Amino acid sequence: MLEVSNLACSRGEHRLFSGLSFNLHLGQIMQVQGVNGSGKTSLLRTLCGFLMPDEGDIVWRGESIRELDEDYYAEMLYLGHLNAIKDELSALENLRISAGLSGIKLEEKEAIAALRRMGLRGREKLPTKVLSQGQRRRVALARLLVSDAKLWILDEPLTALDVGAVALIQELIAEHLAQQGMVIFTTHQPLHVAGVEMRTLSLS
Amino acid sequence: MKKSTMLDLLVLVIRRDLVLAMRRRADVLATLIFFVMVVSLFPLGVGPELDMLRKMAAGVLWVAALLASMLSLGRLFSADYLDGTLEQMMLAPQSLSMLVLGKMTAHWMVSGLPLVLLAPVLGLQFDMSARALGVLIVGLLLGTPILSMVGAIGAALTLGLRGGGVLLSLLVLPLCIPVLIFGTGAVEAVSSGLSVASHLSLLGALLVLALVFTPWVTAQALRISME
Repeated sequence: MLEVSNLACSRGEHRLFSGLSFNLHLGQIMQVQGVNGSGKTSLLRTLCGFLMPDEGDIVWRGESIRELDEDYYAEMLYLGHLNAIKDELSALENLRISAGLSGIKLEEKEAIAALRRMGLRGREKLPTKVLSQGQRRRVALARLLVSDAKLWILDEPLTALDVGAVALIQELIAEHLAQQGMVIFTTHQPLHVAGVEMRTLSLS
Repeated sequence: MKKSTMLDLLVLVIRRDLVLAMRRRADVLATLIFFVMVVSLFPLGVGPELDMLRKMAAGVLWVAALLASMLSLGRLFSADYLDGTLEQMMLAPQSLSMLVLGKMTAHWMVSGLPLVLLAPVLGLQFDMSARALGVLIVGLLLGTPILSMVGAIGAALTLGLRGGGVLLSLLVLPLCIPVLIFGTGAVEAVSSGLSVASHLSLLGALLVLALVFTPWVTAQALRISME
């Protein structure tokens, strides 16, 4: 499904990685490992098409993502360091807008159900500026529940989350993989998904 | 779960930006008050000679509108850039140009349209005739969307730069000169008894041109700024 061949990326003058190749198939999960500054985020952003690779190609369903463009974006979901939520809007509005941006019309009921599953019962209509850092991350992660994307690209999804939320994310990832989804992620915290083989990619 | 169309997405972006503007009213009011202040300073500074005021009315109103619309341009993309929403917009399964067009439209409704509505009231301070006021409004209605659209290109190019605000004005103001010339030209044509149609049609042509090209150019500039 996702094939990366001979990828090279640099930021400024500094070469982050080169000759990177891997495949990701349906139902597989891969963790990108490496020390700070080794290019984990740059790799994920290259996979999203934000950064142009110096060399190499990223192929999705047999076609380069450069050519697929919007067809590729319809099938992927990216969650970066930034939560992409607005302080002035409520958790509910934020979730419905971000679902709308990814091309899904979300009914209020579905959005509330998703927020409740993320442990935000009673906080749905509060402006997100009064929520804690972890709760805001939960609002952002609620997108995982309402998305029908095949490929999840998660950059440090567990930052600011408590033990309960981490368990919930592991559960969500396991569900997604069981439905033939794919996940590629980075984290510095341990993340265990029951019943699947965790592939790792080390950047050095 | 239903899939949304391109039009849904456009409406979504416009509504979102309008809701955000309503919740940050101070920003919107600042632009309006700036416009009113600048325009009102001229009669005070120049003195109450009606003849002179009538002559400079169109120019003053147009320049003030131009400067006021510069004020809010810096915020057009920067908030979305800082909180990561812009990344998500680029990953939307619809064309980024469409989203950009939505943001431009919302920006005009918040910072351009109120200026158009206020202009006739301010024009009275300059003793403008009813017909001149009418032409001024039509000119501003055609011209202010162009300011928002051309401004968006500058805002996208200067995204994330330090001191981007000044650079933005330096980039965008020269590009707005044609709008200024035709906008004030139309009002002057009224007072000298000439036809206003040519000026207004040229403004209309500029508007169509901007509508076709600026969303795409802005989208490309945003992609460069995100690298």
